[in-house]
Amino acid sequence: MTIGFFIDALVTVVGVTTPILLAATGELVVEKSGVLNLGLEGMMLIGAVTGFAVTFNTGPDLGDWAPWLGVIAAGIAGAASSMLFAVLVLTLGSNQVATGLALAIFGIGLSSLIGAGYVGMIVPSFDTVFPDWLAGDPLWRVVFGYSPLVYFALLMVFAVGWFLNRTRAGLILRAVGENDLSAHSIGYPVNAIRYAAIAFGGALAGIGGAYFSMVITPMWAEQMTAGRGWIALALVVFSGWRAGRLLAGAYFFGVLMTLELYAKASGFSFLPSQFWAAMPYIAAVVALAVISVREVAGSEAPACLGRPFLPNT
Amino acid sequence: MHIRLEKRLTPSRFMQIATPIASVLLTMALGAIIFQLIGFDGPRAIYETFITPVVASYKWQDVMTKAAPLIIIALGLSLGNQAKIWNIGAEGQYIIGALAGAGVAFALPDARGFWVILLMIAAGIVGGMAWAAIPAFLKTRYRVSEVLSTLMLVYVALQVLNYLVSGPWKDPNGHNFPQTPPFTPAQLLPHAIGGTDIPPGLVVAIVLTLVFWVLTTRSVYGFSVRTVGAAPNAARYGGFDASRTVWSTLMISGGMAGLAGILEASSQLGQINLGFPSGYGFTAIIVSFLGRLHPIGVFLAGLILAVTYVGGQVAQTVVHVPSATAGIFQAMMLFFILASDILVRYRVRILRDAPRTAPAEAVA
Repeated sequence: MTIGFFIDALVTVVGVTTPILLAATGELVVEKSGVLNLGLEGMMLIGAVTGFAVTFNTGPDLGDWAPWLGVIAAGIAGAASSMLFAVLVLTLGSNQVATGLALAIFGIGLSSLIGAGYVGMIVPSFDTVFPDWLAGDPLWRVVFGYSPLVYFALLMVFAVGWFLNRTRAGLILRAVGENDLSAHSIGYPVNAIRYAAIAFGGALAGIGGAYFSMVITPMWAEQMTAGRGWIALALVVFSGWRAGRLLAGAYFFGVLMTLELYAKASGFSFLPSQFWAAMPYIAAVVALAVISVREVAGSEAPACLGRPFLPNT
Repeated sequence: MHIRLEKRLTPSRFMQIATPIASVLLTMALGAIIFQLIGFDGPRAIYETFITPVVASYKWQDVMTKAAPLIIIALGLSLGNQAKIWNIGAEGQYIIGALAGAGVAFALPDARGFWVILLMIAAGIVGGMAWAAIPAFLKTRYRVSEVLSTLMLVYVALQVLNYLVSGPWKDPNGHNFPQTPPFTPAQLLPHAIGGTDIPPGLVVAIVLTLVFWVLTTRSVYGFSVRTVGAAPNAARYGGFDASRTVWSTLMISGGMAGLAGILEASSQLGQINLGFPSGYGFTAIIVSFLGRLHPIGVFLAGLILAVTYVGGQVAQTVVHVPSATAGIFQAMMLFFILASDILVRYRVRILRDAPRTAPAEAVA
């Protein structure tokens, strides 16, 4: 195994990790506010198709700026679709598990509907952030050779970790998730805060989805997120609702998802390729069992997770 | 003026029946508008999706064939949902059930007699139960959320299927297509029961609907499941064991999904191929909620969702809407039914604000 092969593998890991890291970071904020949004897969697909469509249609006029507009549109589309979920669970107090699932099914359908006309097209992708002599360096490209979204995802994890643990607003958001009734009685607008958290989660899921259709493969295919939205959900639980462990966990799952691609090349071909394709999902289930055995202080679910709160009753 | 919600002492029976009907009608109305806006013949698309399969008798067999697995799976899911145990991986249990049944078939290639198909069906049920046993074990032993574990196992089941049909069970005479050999006549159920249009799965669905109706409304077990869902503390006080409820509901829903899988494989397809997972396990979740978790409601909702499947294909060929259309209508129905849930549990009061005279003076 050469160093070049190793660098190749690392670059792939970072690539496949970025979308689940983005989606999971958004979901972390949503769950910290006490809401469980299972619709990540749907929001990611809506983001993926929107980002692609906007980039494709503005490409001829905007050139290099088109992917940026595409990503912003993907974020807005993700947030907009999450509002559908928010109205139902927050204002109408509907069941969060079922509503999140409805959002996932809706997103799969809507994205195929919008994307039907874009199958087989290709969009220009982002340039790398750093200059070519760094980004193209055979060794240093492992640090500098990525699209802007990779660095954005890392930035968001640190920003969310700082926001939740070091700011007053983050403290209020956590209070809403731990005890909605107390937060309400001292005057915090519980549902307004949850609306904002859900919108933020939707935006990051949308951008995470756009990473599939604009960076990994710059084209649209039906259900191209292939269940990664569910992995992102497992990742949040796996992280124990902490940003630091979320980052580490995301790369752990990234390695597992890369195994499928590299299994043959690295001599693991004695097991069928389907085993490696199933590996991230098997690992997610095992990981969820393992963390419940080794319960670490402060890594419990927010106390109000999944509970509806209807203040005007 | 403002709106106030008053909690009902008991859920409104009228709303429980009226809201699913309203959800379907609203989906048709909104669907027509949306498809008109994005450039299709909206009313026509709705007519072909929702009405054509009902009025055109040559579509009935197709509707009943699609309704059978939806109803069978959704009956099981509804039981768990009443206990707030969310099995959203029925699709995986459906796949493993079919594979287990097929495994029996391939192990007994020369066997004759009706017992072969019965053994395959039994294996299908056991296969679905075994796949659902993993989340049940993880939930009761390690408190792993069944929402995530059941879902993850769908993707694992898909890879198991992929492996078997393109590896060990691949049809040697299949021109290299990823599919199993066809079942022998002894391993097959008829498409439809002698001389009628009724598929065998629908007969099973009708019988099971009645069984589940007795189970949920007339048995202590049904009461214990509802109590665990509605009032876990009261259930514990009353001696209803929560982990037994987790196990039993997951076993029943997993077994039902497995049964649906092997019935589909042995009566409709006659083999298993990569296209076998068709999303029935996910759509059954919509059926369960649209049927308000009640067996009779689930039966009717299964027929309605089957109509949208069949009608979606009609609309695709007649109005040229994309294949995703039926899925969007199905999700819209689920959104509406969940949104209207509040009307079942709460009374909505619209109050006029009292004129702002100072109440303190009146007291003084």
